[in-house]
Amino acid sequence: MNILQRVKGLVNKSFLTYAMVIVSFVIVQLLANNGGISSTLRGQLVPICAYVVMAVSLNLTVGVLGELSLGHAGFMSVGAFSGVVACISLGDTIASEPLRLAVGLIIGAICAGIAGFLIGIPVLRLRGDYLAIVTLAFGEIIKNLINCLTIGLDGGGLHFGFLSSASALNLEPDGRVIINGPMGISNIPRLSTFTAGFVLILVTLFVVMNLVNSRSGRAIMALRDNRIAAESVGIPVTKYKLMAFVTSATLAGAAGALYAMNFSTIVATKFSFNTSILILVYVVLGGLGNIAGSIVAATLLTVLPEMLRQFNDYRMLIYAIVLILVMLATNNETLKGLPTRIRAWVTRSPAPQAEVGIDG
Amino acid sequence: MKKTLACSVAATMLLALAACSTPSTDPTGAATDAPTASAGAIKIGATGPLTGGAAIYGQAARNGAQIAVDEINAKGGVQLALNYQDDEHDAEKAVNAYHTLKDWGMQISLGSVTSTPAIATSAENFTDHIFALTPSASSVAVTEGKNNVFQMCFADPNQGSASAQYIADQKLGTKIAVIYKNDDVYSSGIFDTFKTKAAELGLDIVSTTTFTEDSQQDFSVQISDAKSKGADLIFLPIYYTPASLILQQAQSVDYSPKYFGVDGMDGILTLEGFNTSLAEGVMLLTPFNADATDSLTTSFVQKYQSAYGEIPNQFAADGYDCIYAIYQAIVAGNITASMTNAEINDILVAQFTSMTFDGLTGADMTWDASGQVSKAPKGMVITDGAYVGMD
Repeated sequence: MNILQRVKGLVNKSFLTYAMVIVSFVIVQLLANNGGISSTLRGQLVPICAYVVMAVSLNLTVGVLGELSLGHAGFMSVGAFSGVVACISLGDTIASEPLRLAVGLIIGAICAGIAGFLIGIPVLRLRGDYLAIVTLAFGEIIKNLINCLTIGLDGGGLHFGFLSSASALNLEPDGRVIINGPMGISNIPRLSTFTAGFVLILVTLFVVMNLVNSRSGRAIMALRDNRIAAESVGIPVTKYKLMAFVTSATLAGAAGALYAMNFSTIVATKFSFNTSILILVYVVLGGLGNIAGSIVAATLLTVLPEMLRQFNDYRMLIYAIVLILVMLATNNETLKGLPTRIRAWVTRSPAPQAEVGIDG
Repeated sequence: MKKTLACSVAATMLLALAACSTPSTDPTGAATDAPTASAGAIKIGATGPLTGGAAIYGQAARNGAQIAVDEINAKGGVQLALNYQDDEHDAEKAVNAYHTLKDWGMQISLGSVTSTPAIATSAENFTDHIFALTPSASSVAVTEGKNNVFQMCFADPNQGSASAQYIADQKLGTKIAVIYKNDDVYSSGIFDTFKTKAAELGLDIVSTTTFTEDSQQDFSVQISDAKSKGADLIFLPIYYTPASLILQQAQSVDYSPKYFGVDGMDGILTLEGFNTSLAEGVMLLTPFNADATDSLTTSFVQKYQSAYGEIPNQFAADGYDCIYAIYQAIVAGNITASMTNAEINDILVAQFTSMTFDGLTGADMTWDASGQVSKAPKGMVITDGAYVGMD
């Protein structure tokens, strides 16, 4: 009986998350077609989708696996650069833009997944603070490696260079430099659309929710809750940790490719420690392990700085204050008990939780 | 106690929500700092780093442009409204700022101040058919493939090759060392063309060292490399803040080569806490010289000083020139505020590719269809704490 109820709860919860995403998409799409949303918001739709995917995927590492990762932007970066290189190289081969975007996203995801696998092997041997700091280091390493990378394209295919200027690639005259070291990529074909972002969010939700609710997901959560107990019943630690970590990196790679192809330029320094922290803030604000919360938090916190533009130079100060207040508010017992109290008020039965917050 | 906290939190969130909802219901609400210009004003929007590490460039360009707008509005006739939005030197923020400006009703754009954001916003300018003239975004990718984006400053390759040409022509050095910032579009862009041109001209580059955003405090490695290889001239295609440290640290190891900089070096004399005697003999190629004695420069410098309390740098002059170049094209093309963005765009593109403009940063400037400016670089040398023209 109890288990049945819990299963029902899970199904309802994931159903609600899907419904929330689909309904928001339909509303925004309808408004956009009727000119009902400002140009500011319209310009942010794709970045919002990318950040939502980033937040949901990081939630898999931080909330479900329970390991603090401070290098998530590194995987976004790998996905962004590899996805864009793929899209530019395939410019002549694949004419259809949505198909090219899809291939770019998949290649970005695969490359980030490989990076996640390679980094995961040493990193996941560590625990707690050590793991957090090493992921931070790998994030910075990825940033600096891409800063030194040059890639060019000509009739003979792709040319790679490292720690050398673009002229050392020896491209044919009609060749094109794609990644120009610290200058990143310029003149990216802008293939990303809101619809593509929406589809990516759905795919992400499908992957993450099914993983969490599967046998593997329960093993991952068992590792989070008590590693020794989990190990004692025969759960292979490395396998399940890597599974969560690589899935998370793969999805971040796809988000990175989506993000990059919305702007005409990207540079490696964009995907720095600050971006990793920003995404971690989405996850923490939305609630560890709470997928729907991550989606809402990522959306609100992406839109918020733009909404605060009228405060000019005080914008980021106000943003920080709002962030602190929201964090306090979401951890406030009175506010947390509010839904229970409202329900209690509707059904006119006493609410035990509400009492805690009122006095004191 | 808890109740008060909850109430205040709720109140603040309500306030925040109220603030959030303004721009979506009222598109003009987002731009409260925009000057209240008369109804027929032509709206010029721009993005630049007004906060963060690159803020001095954005603020200078904004201040310079604002002086020009005030002067033009005081004349009567064509009225302009200027709206500068912060982009924090970040492509994503710049695109957001650009869209905010579109909601405000921007008709002409000054693009972005720095290169990376400008590459992103110029792509939007091209798609939306909004004319852009960037004051100082010097990367080639800003104008490449976009027929309605123009530059007021030299493109990076021009600066690099002009510097090499200048050094070779004037026989300034035989063994050259270069220190550049390799995670900066501006710096590495200039270095690449400098290297190519130097090889053509037979200049001997004996030492090439780099630094990044994270390592721009200590230059002992770079300086000792240049010193040990006997370089007699150091080329510094970088901004003046790290350059000032290089000068200081080289002096502390008794190494005194000649220094040659580009327009980013401009501003070194007004840097707070910098001993200007160290910059004695530093050469630089810059389009603007705040010590020039012509009436245009003196009047601009005086106005800038009284309004903002500092000597204007090259970015301020670029911002000022941008507004006047656009003003000249507006008058010549009979543009009015009631025209659509695309109409204004077409007229301005036609004007810019055919007109000649005299400004603070050069005389007889012309633009070709690629959007790059053609003007003569001025060689300057610092003598007795002031720029003196070289010839």
